[in-house]
Amino acid sequence: MVRYGELSTKGKNKKSFTQRLAQNVRHILQDFEQIKVNPDYDFMYITLNGAPEEVVLERLKHVFGIQSYSPIYTVEKSLEAMFQQIYALLSNMDLSDKTFKISTKRADHEFDMDTNTLNRELGAMVLDAFPQLTVKVKQPDINIKVEVRKHAVYISTQTYIGAGGLPVGTGGRGMMMLSGGIDSPVASYLALKRGLELEMVHFYSPPYTSPQSLRKTQELTKKLALYGGAIQFIEVPFTEIQETIKEKCPEAYLMTITRRFMLRVADAIRQKRDGLVILNGESMGQVASQTLHSMVVINEVTNTPILRPVVAMDKLDIIALAEKIDTFELSIQPFEDCCTVFAPPSPKTKPNLEKVRVYEERLDVDALVKRAVDGIKVYPIDVQTRFDEDVEDLL
Amino acid sequence: MIYFDNSATTPMFKEVIDTMATVQENFIGNPSSLHHLGVKSDSLIDKARQQIADLLYCDKEEIFFTSGGTESNNTAIIGTAFEKQSFGKHIITTQIEHPSVLKTMHFLEKQGFDVTYLDVDTNGKIDVEMLGKAIRHDTILVSMMWVNNEVGILEPIQDVAVLLEKYPTIHFHVDAVQALHYVLTQRIPSRVDLLSLSAHKFHGPRGIGILYKREGKRIESLLHGGGQEKGVRSGTENTASIAGMAKALRLYSQKQIPIQSYQSALRAFLSSYHGVEILSPLEQAPHILTFAIKGIRGEVLLHALEEQGIYLSTTSACSSKTAKEHHTLGAMNVSGDISRCAVRLSLSVENTQEEIAQFQHVFDNVYQKFSKILKS
Repeated sequence: MVRYGELSTKGKNKKSFTQRLAQNVRHILQDFEQIKVNPDYDFMYITLNGAPEEVVLERLKHVFGIQSYSPIYTVEKSLEAMFQQIYALLSNMDLSDKTFKISTKRADHEFDMDTNTLNRELGAMVLDAFPQLTVKVKQPDINIKVEVRKHAVYISTQTYIGAGGLPVGTGGRGMMMLSGGIDSPVASYLALKRGLELEMVHFYSPPYTSPQSLRKTQELTKKLALYGGAIQFIEVPFTEIQETIKEKCPEAYLMTITRRFMLRVADAIRQKRDGLVILNGESMGQVASQTLHSMVVINEVTNTPILRPVVAMDKLDIIALAEKIDTFELSIQPFEDCCTVFAPPSPKTKPNLEKVRVYEERLDVDALVKRAVDGIKVYPIDVQTRFDEDVEDLL
Repeated sequence: MIYFDNSATTPMFKEVIDTMATVQENFIGNPSSLHHLGVKSDSLIDKARQQIADLLYCDKEEIFFTSGGTESNNTAIIGTAFEKQSFGKHIITTQIEHPSVLKTMHFLEKQGFDVTYLDVDTNGKIDVEMLGKAIRHDTILVSMMWVNNEVGILEPIQDVAVLLEKYPTIHFHVDAVQALHYVLTQRIPSRVDLLSLSAHKFHGPRGIGILYKREGKRIESLLHGGGQEKGVRSGTENTASIAGMAKALRLYSQKQIPIQSYQSALRAFLSSYHGVEILSPLEQAPHILTFAIKGIRGEVLLHALEEQGIYLSTTSACSSKTAKEHHTLGAMNVSGDISRCAVRLSLSVENTQEEIAQFQHVFDNVYQKFSKILKS
């Protein structure tokens, strides 16, 4: 049984939210065909039909939109069957010096024992079987929930905390400019957590950037696919644009103009692929392109909202989050990416928009952008994706 | 053919030979090259290293590839001595180590290091209390084997690990070349800093081995050059052998063979013969059994069994060709008359119940022949 997170407050939209969450859960469990996912109004029920419980519990941990979840065991409506199930569950737990209580809910009032009787009877049986336990009604270590329904009794002893947030895909689609650095994966994680569906836009400049650098960004995307399923990865051929700017614009403005092109291309791809917004990993003041002056001049090419999830986060907090979501180690691999190719020794931190316009007149902006957008490669990446040959049979 | 000389070397698993052939053919790039052929080799080595680390319950960063047990032992010992000589020059080891440890110690003595060689009792075991007494303020290294290669003695590594908890600055090296079974079942004790393994003792290729080095422990390198293996061991990686070793370790760890019961059966069988002495102590590694027929030189018994297609050895194969005293049995105070007659039978995961039965049948024939000679 899965308890919905924040989305329980969403009134009329609730159904589409729960449907979306069910779709995401089905996706991460797709390798177990026997699993059934039923989103009810108040809870979502996942019936395992023999799928391995530990694996399912582990995978649910990362799905956004889940407040908490509990494994529930269905037994027939007899005191003996209830106790047998409770006994089996407690036998696998460390019970030394633990406290417990039985919380019965009797939805079926036809049942011959009332709530208090059930609490008392089952409690006594548990105490007999596990003398190391003591009863504690307020905040026990183990809360054994017994729910008597029309056709069966549901029993659960454990509740796992979910990832919170909103189901990925409920918030619309955005284009994430993913470089492979530390910040953009963290920004992606935060956006996914608020229910956005992301498509990763990665600027690729061979031979100036290596295949390893592309691979690293794909691996980062795979890490992020853990939270809401498959993510479309978009490779943008960026070499021609970078070479043209390098050839025709002064060094101090290379960075500013390159960024403006990235944004133009990202916006064109957004239009083409029905995205609503653009996102990136910019964080105020980190580098020359992320001063407010630079941001204003770069942002001037589009009116599309640009969301910057980590804009006001401190670098150390970003790193801590990157470590938590396990992208940090990948991010710090030292491969040149599109941001560092042709990086001038001292880029303008306060670029002048008038000058930028003059320099860009030397370029055929529209044609360059069109060629880049026409040349994109799009493919999905999810947690199962492998980027190298399968050598398992060799080892 | 019945092969009972597995402590000398083991036949490669067929799957390992296949893996190595495939790798030799399809992974031609130098792992240090930047092009995709290099990346492909590098990534295979990385996966092999990860698989080995998982099987040994340690971190990928703690696994270093060497050319085998001898190099792992040399690197651990000389590497520690050179790294830590400014803190002291005293090293503790035992009298019954493999030559790749003992000779390395002799080399270090010539370089001005001071080495204590611990005695063993008649069961071949060191006394942990004696070890404690041997520790000095300038002790930098304790190096000892987990399982002795000539007799199968199981040394009290876990107790030594507990003792050395009080001396965190002393490097603790364990030669586990004969002790893979214990490394897999008991895991590497957390106090062990360095540990040697060799692939050809677990049905992998020769010329490749492992040095486990605990994260954060420093040693000087023996081989300098291109900085492979994080600078600990330079030299272009042997991609095929590394993959073969990773595969051998996986297959070996998946095999459940009742070696212990073979050992018990063999002991009971051999003890029933008059004049046969079992030299391996009762509490010891399950795969080695050293015994002697009094009055029959080991070499003679070896060839008599060889004629019947059964292979074992007189003493550790590395020193079989030198006719010097059997140093482990000598340290255990076994008389020269008996140790000259000693043969070593060593089992592995490939041996079967049928082979044990066949050996008993052959041994009985050989023994009957010899007993006529012994009586006359």
